[in-house]
Amino acid sequence: MKYIDEYRSARLAQSVVNEIRRIQTRPWVIMEVCGGQTHSIVKHGLDRLLPEGVELVHGPGCPVCVTPLENIDKAHAIAAQHGVIFCSFGDMLRVPGSSGDLFTLKSQGADIRVVYSPLDCLKIARANPEKQIVFFAIGFETTAPANAMLVFRAAQEGTKNVSVLVSHSLVPPAMSFILDSPLNRVQGFLGPGHVCTIMGYREYEPISEQYKVPIVITGFEPLDLLQGTLMTVRQLEAGTATVENQYSRILDREGNVPARKLVDRVFEVADRKWRGVGWIPNSGYKLRSEFGDHDAERLFHVGEIDTKESSVCVSGQILRGIKKPHDCPAFGTACTPLTPLGATMVSAEGACAAYYAYGRHLNQQKTAPAAQAQMGGAA
Amino acid sequence: MCLAIPGKVLEEFDRGGIRMAKVQFGGIVREASLDYTPEAAVGDFVLVHVGFAISIVNAEEAARTYQLLEEMDQLTELDAPVVDEITARKPQ
Ligand code: SF4
Repeated sequence: MKYIDEYRSARLAQSVVNEIRRIQTRPWVIMEVCGGQTHSIVKHGLDRLLPEGVELVHGPGCPVCVTPLENIDKAHAIAAQHGVIFCSFGDMLRVPGSSGDLFTLKSQGADIRVVYSPLDCLKIARANPEKQIVFFAIGFETTAPANAMLVFRAAQEGTKNVSVLVSHSLVPPAMSFILDSPLNRVQGFLGPGHVCTIMGYREYEPISEQYKVPIVITGFEPLDLLQGTLMTVRQLEAGTATVENQYSRILDREGNVPARKLVDRVFEVADRKWRGVGWIPNSGYKLRSEFGDHDAERLFHVGEIDTKESSVCVSGQILRGIKKPHDCPAFGTACTPLTPLGATMVSAEGACAAYYAYGRHLNQQKTAPAAQAQMGGAA
Repeated sequence: MCLAIPGKVLEEFDRGGIRMAKVQFGGIVREASLDYTPEAAVGDFVLVHVGFAISIVNAEEAARTYQLLEEMDQLTELDAPVVDEITARKPQ
């Protein structure tokens, strides 16, 4: 059964690629926004399956990658304090801050715990009333409803010893930011399927309209990604720019309404710094003031922290689709998943880490020829 | 870490006003909140992200997605320790 399915999807995939080749008349640059999509594209070699003129560039959609170093350092400063139980999703523990990662801090005796769900923090808080439980609330829109529920429940049931260090980022402002850059190369987007499962895709419509770019909300399976690419190329060739939904079997225009409501109740939109990129207006969340008692930044008075990033790292340009991992001299040599120098190497969903995981540091392949031609040979 | 993992709702229960479920992912059973999928029922397949069901999917989609996530090594969040009354008290 399994083999029949795989055979069928390989054949289907080939026919989608053939169709892209048939309709494509000039080079196009398309960005997949979500890190899960990047991982899937690189794992399955989809970017190499596409005709040469259709280039996929990798977007900023890896929440672990774009968590600014300052926030990681704040997490460390809080986690190191006595009487604190610091809780986090497992992915954040290996991300290096200015002085080591949370794993190291844990091995030095700090009470740092990996949780599966933010709600686990409530159980830990009730079992340890004499301690302060701090949760590292990172993620995109997909994760925000879970993190919002922790704050909402803690406030509702009066669990006072729970707070969150909020480090949320939002996808649509980052897309506008990319399109606003004079160096921008992106002409169409594969929108993030699981982010839109929560948010729907209403908020992508003004972007598509304003910048005249097609946006196709896409899943992360190989066939989804190829179909999303075909739909985008169709629009580019036809000169249209609308939001389409390739992932309609999972999501609709409204998204998950109860989840969106609670997010809105707990968080408000705020400016936010993205690692490797810098400040992007209105691209994050902060807690609404009524939940201020659960705001770790208020409770722990961690001041502004100054951090320095590696000077060779070009992850900021990679996150905006201007460069690819091979354009970085440190890729696969000084910078590897065990010794990451920048944002896109710190999590498996970052473009540099995905390229490394699937052996692409072993062969030299610079930015695709179509892209170089478009950029006047500068790479 | 934005990818949600499909699992099957085995049973429902209430914990302090939160509608919870036991959800089976391959060989692992974990708890998830059904607050954001009020229409989900026992026997349904749901997409779960960090302990919250966010969407209902059909069985075929669930099986295919699960297999793909496994191949992509994207199931590690399911390995996070289980927090219960006893483990909540002591450092990991
Ligand atoms: S390989 Fe490392 S140093 Fe180079 S761009 Fe990627 S993350 Fe930055």
